[in-house]
Amino acid sequence: MSELELYEGKLEALARERGLDYFPVNFELVPGSFMMEVAVYGLPVRMPHWSFGVRYFYQLVQHRMGHSRLFEVVFPGNPGRAYLSKNNTPQENTLIVAHVLGHADFSKNNELFRRSQEEVGYNIVEKAAEHARRISDAAALHGDDRVEAVLDAALSLEAHVDVFAGLRREPYPEFLDDRKSGSEDPFQARYQALEDRREMKDTRRRRRAPQPPRPEKDLLWFVANHAPEMEDWERDIFLTVREESFYFYPVFATQIMNEGWASYWHARLLREADFLPQSTYLDAVKTHSDVVRPYAGSKQVALSINPYHLGFCLWEKIIEYRGLDQAREIMRQDDDFSFIRNYLDEELARELDLFRYEAKPNGEIRVINTDIDELRESILTPKFNFGAPAVSVRHMRTDGTLELEHEHHTDGRGLDIERARKVVEYLHRLWRRPLVLDTVDAGGKPQQITVK
Amino acid sequence: MNDEITGGSGGPFRWYDLFSRGARDWLRHSEKVRDAVRQRLPEIISDAEILGGGHRTVRVPVKLLEHYRFRLRTPESQTAAGQGRASPGDVIRAPENETGGQDKGHGTTEPGGVQFVLELAIDDIVDWLWEELELPNLQARVGGMSDEEYTREGLDRHGARSRLDRRRSMKEAVKRRHVQGESAPPFSDDDLRFRQLVHRHVPTTQAVVFFAMDVSGSMSVEDRQLAKTFFFWVVQGLRRQYKYLETVFVAHTVDAWEFQEQEFFQVSGTGGTVASSAFEKVLELVDTRYDPERHNVYLFYASDGENSPQDRQPAAAALARIGAVASFMGYVEISSPARRGGETETAALFRDLAGSGDVGSYVLTAPEEVWDAIRAFFIDRTQQDRHPS
Repeated sequence: MSELELYEGKLEALARERGLDYFPVNFELVPGSFMMEVAVYGLPVRMPHWSFGVRYFYQLVQHRMGHSRLFEVVFPGNPGRAYLSKNNTPQENTLIVAHVLGHADFSKNNELFRRSQEEVGYNIVEKAAEHARRISDAAALHGDDRVEAVLDAALSLEAHVDVFAGLRREPYPEFLDDRKSGSEDPFQARYQALEDRREMKDTRRRRRAPQPPRPEKDLLWFVANHAPEMEDWERDIFLTVREESFYFYPVFATQIMNEGWASYWHARLLREADFLPQSTYLDAVKTHSDVVRPYAGSKQVALSINPYHLGFCLWEKIIEYRGLDQAREIMRQDDDFSFIRNYLDEELARELDLFRYEAKPNGEIRVINTDIDELRESILTPKFNFGAPAVSVRHMRTDGTLELEHEHHTDGRGLDIERARKVVEYLHRLWRRPLVLDTVDAGGKPQQITVK
Repeated sequence: MNDEITGGSGGPFRWYDLFSRGARDWLRHSEKVRDAVRQRLPEIISDAEILGGGHRTVRVPVKLLEHYRFRLRTPESQTAAGQGRASPGDVIRAPENETGGQDKGHGTTEPGGVQFVLELAIDDIVDWLWEELELPNLQARVGGMSDEEYTREGLDRHGARSRLDRRRSMKEAVKRRHVQGESAPPFSDDDLRFRQLVHRHVPTTQAVVFFAMDVSGSMSVEDRQLAKTFFFWVVQGLRRQYKYLETVFVAHTVDAWEFQEQEFFQVSGTGGTVASSAFEKVLELVDTRYDPERHNVYLFYASDGENSPQDRQPAAAALARIGAVASFMGYVEISSPARRGGETETAALFRDLAGSGDVGSYVLTAPEEVWDAIRAFFIDRTQQDRHPS
């Protein structure tokens, strides 16, 4: 702790000198159990649900087997909150403080982060705790089972939001817009302007717009706003889950950039921190090379890509060739999709020994190729829409039947039917009217799931 | 939350020390698993291994529950990006042996794929199963064995310190002082009052349950297993539910014998079927050991129903005599889809007596139905819908 205090101020001064621009960060040392729960819930205090219990169990097993060690978690905001594990050594914490400052810089300036914080607020930790409290209140009022049923549905649709449509959205237009019928045509314009014609138009029935007017990706929003028989508190829980998804989106969609940026800065700040004793610096460098490396332990091949390492290498390259100012501009504007597509080039991919492999059902794993375009897509595919399939609301019938559609052309294959049915069943308990979901089977033939 | 860096200093508890959210949600998950297992109990109890004796637990394999989400169908083979010294065509992992361990490398990493074994105590299962069940027509019998209870009754000036009634003693003191006037001592030994305890006899319900089973040659190994499974869970349940319960086990072919419980569940026999031998044996035991005045008498009889036709008269007579004293008689016909359950000799015997309402029967064809059979006999008896009639 003394060491943390000793260097924290100096590291911050150095960071600001190097152009890092961030909201103040509160550091707190917490026990390992706390770190583990954050890893499970994504937030220090979050709504209760049994599915987190399952993840907690897996986390415990992994932890026992020594596979995971968490040094820190940072929550963006003003102030930002950084939780450091009590198990860290003071040397490790020196590095972690520098790392956290990199994150804080990123989350203040990156456009996705900035927008999500404008919408969700600069205090997600407190907000999520408040959500958890509201949901506990609802459980006390309406019963645990009913609240659990709502959360079963809402959390299973957690990934199905449309962050680009915004957190607070206007309702759909109620009527179809008629004006475009010939406003460009000068004759039509004059005809429309005729006096008795205008009267006629007023008496004419306007056509109701279909709901939704075009396929709706934001399932949580649509259900919360259009479910025919949901109670207000149930809609409220849906919107709560949705709000947290809006918070999680930039964390998810900029992971490579963000971890790379923080790693670049902890490495650079420590290198330039001449006030650090030599031994502290060496220990910190060792920690750096333990975390920012492509493969675990003695292995020579990894079947996944370490975002710390990939991001770190990308930023080093960018700053080397384009300078810090341009790098900051990229950091502000990009997300992982544009970042990987624009800056992971063939040269770097070869340098990093990246490859594509195929895992066959019989357990065989074979390297396919190192084609750069396919490599980029292999890295990015699991990241679209939180990695969830593209399911949208197609239509709501007049009897309240909800038609959902899986855009299998986008995803390249159909849904797992058994799981999809279960999700539709979760939703049916709240929609309380029939539900239909269209997808395709293994042979590409249409498959329809119906729950009445 | 505090705003400075905190370490070893600060209060002994922080908000996150107070309870574990992960453990709370894990407990809720476990509860759901147990609920799911409860739904499957009828299958679990038909597991024959339990009857071996000695086991007080049943091991049930269960999976971690999966919270479902939309997911793409798992493709035949998956492609992804990796990193390391490898060139196209390199095999990083060789295919596994085609015959064994197909699912070893695959699938086990998926959530929901983990299996673990839940060990359920038989007593717990019995508790769950018998929650809502009871012996039919159970009545308190006069002169039966009685519960002895100590009950408070009256007060005395002497007694054990622990039974001092302070409130009464204070009242006595107030009364005495009122009579004696100002000079009276505030308290004296005479004021003390002690509660007295007396024995009281509480009439109890006593019951004897006869389990009779046909072990003749026509009963196959599976048939007997089915009958024993039924009896096993009935015995477990009744023991759990009733404090004063005697059980008698009778098996018969052309003759009938009384068995100890352990032996009864192992017994097998050969030869013909004379049901009256078992009924006579039951009557004999009732006469010598269990006075119907003092006992609720129950008979449960399991057979494939193929009684010798010559035995029709004697069996009917004996059964009628048992019916006269018994609170309830239940007949379980061990049948199979091939046989026409409920239309046998023995079924007819019980059907003839069925008018009295103290007789029930059930056709059991598969282990999964054991639980339904138990319900049919022990749940609210006005709604037995699966009777052959």
